[in-house]
Amino acid sequence: MIEFDLQKDCVRALNARLHSLPKDTNERRWIVRNPMGEHAIACGLDLPLTVEIEGHVGFYCGGMNKHAEIQINGHAGPGVAENMMSGLVRVKGNASQSAGATGNGGLLIIHGDASSRCGISMKGIDIVVGGSVGHMSAFMAQRGNLVVCGDAGEALGDSIYEARLYIQGKVESLGADCTEKEMKEDHYQELAALLERAQINAIPNKFRRYGSARKLYNFNVDHADQY
Amino acid sequence: MCGIVGLYLKNAKLNSKLGKMFTPMLIEMTSRGPDSAGVAIYRDKVGKGLIKLTLAHDDPNFSWKIVDAGVERALKCDARVKVIGNHALLVTDAREQDVIKWLDDHHPEVRVVGSGKMIEIFKEVGLPVDVAKKFKLEESHGSHAIGHTRMATESAVTTAGSHPFATGADLCLVHNGSLSNHNRLRQELKRHGLKFKTENDTEVAAAYFTWQLRNGKGLKEALIEGVKDLDGFYTFCIGTADGFAVVRDPIACKHAVLAETEDWVAMATEYRAIAHLPGANEARIWEPAPQTIYTWGHA
Repeated sequence: MIEFDLQKDCVRALNARLHSLPKDTNERRWIVRNPMGEHAIACGLDLPLTVEIEGHVGFYCGGMNKHAEIQINGHAGPGVAENMMSGLVRVKGNASQSAGATGNGGLLIIHGDASSRCGISMKGIDIVVGGSVGHMSAFMAQRGNLVVCGDAGEALGDSIYEARLYIQGKVESLGADCTEKEMKEDHYQELAALLERAQINAIPNKFRRYGSARKLYNFNVDHADQY
Repeated sequence: MCGIVGLYLKNAKLNSKLGKMFTPMLIEMTSRGPDSAGVAIYRDKVGKGLIKLTLAHDDPNFSWKIVDAGVERALKCDARVKVIGNHALLVTDAREQDVIKWLDDHHPEVRVVGSGKMIEIFKEVGLPVDVAKKFKLEESHGSHAIGHTRMATESAVTTAGSHPFATGADLCLVHNGSLSNHNRLRQELKRHGLKFKTENDTEVAAAYFTWQLRNGKGLKEALIEGVKDLDGFYTFCIGTADGFAVVRDPIACKHAVLAETEDWVAMATEYRAIAHLPGANEARIWEPAPQTIYTWGHA
């Protein structure tokens, strides 16, 4: 296990070291100390490493992640795991806005609350939130699953394409073209599997499913007033 | 851009360390606002019948003794002046409006940047680190402070356009964002008799709250009205005699983070401004929700 202290060396040095590791590296386990709210910690990783960050991070932590498993033992600032490709990012505290934005794959877990725009323009990422999400979450979501054990703020899933939204609590309001959908057997199974992978305790049949009414992106002049 | 920070000490034992804790918060936000910086510090409450005014002059060699003596003679009152950088604190038993009128008549170049029983406001163009040094911020004691680092977008880089803006007795405002309806609102507020010194959008927001409070609204009510009437992007931090308040626009466009421990409450545009505070690692940290008013102290 390698320890890296961000009080002693900068984020750029950490990221450079993580990026320069060869594919067959033995340096697979990392602990990052004193993150002090710095931005872009452990961004752009491209190997199956595990990186544990001891404290609160700033913006874009774990962005563009591929293969790596990153755990933040604290709060995450805006854009955590943005554009993640694969792997896993786990936030033990709350997360600020735009968590998992534009993510293509992998799993983002937020044990606390996520703020506004969680999963905005998600393109295949799975996001599991133990608490609630803020307004405009899953805005223009295209693919993947957003699971929220608490409540969702205003305009959930506005202009959504094909992502699936599972919400246990109250939904403040649905955005344009977002609608409640029937929970079928395969949805329960999918949700149960996601919760298990996320290690978050919740009962799938308490959730409701939301998704696209598919009226907005299949242009129909009769729906012009919804734009 | 712009950075805003606020620190409220719940544990009065820390009051002597306010400046030590708060100064790095301000300096950490330099990359968000290198144009100018300002702070409001709450300390040294003046006695019954006294008021404390913070005055500023562009000339660092301006002789504040003239103001001291002039006010005393003209208003037949007691006045004490303490010079800090190119600012001065004037404590007097005269009426505030009389002092302001006297200054307008005799020294129109002197700006009244804050007034009340506790508040002291210091602001200046330049890097936050230099501004902090100029006003000996690090040595400051007090119960709470709010600050601002400015990257100017809506109006010129001037000391008068720096934050915080006073909004009444012991009240002031710092702003991250930009307002889009400030010109119309300025015209309206002018009709209600409010005066403006700059083209700055935040000055309009400050005047708006001053006007609401003058009309008898409580701070919370005034902020609720503000969410309806102010159009644009904003995270506001409002300093009051007893604490501070935080409010964000309905879509929460501008960053903000809150942190709380047993000993203190802090707000900042970015968490890194809070990270150095003692106990920050164990603090409860969250992003304030849009159009929700958070207050600490007896705000």
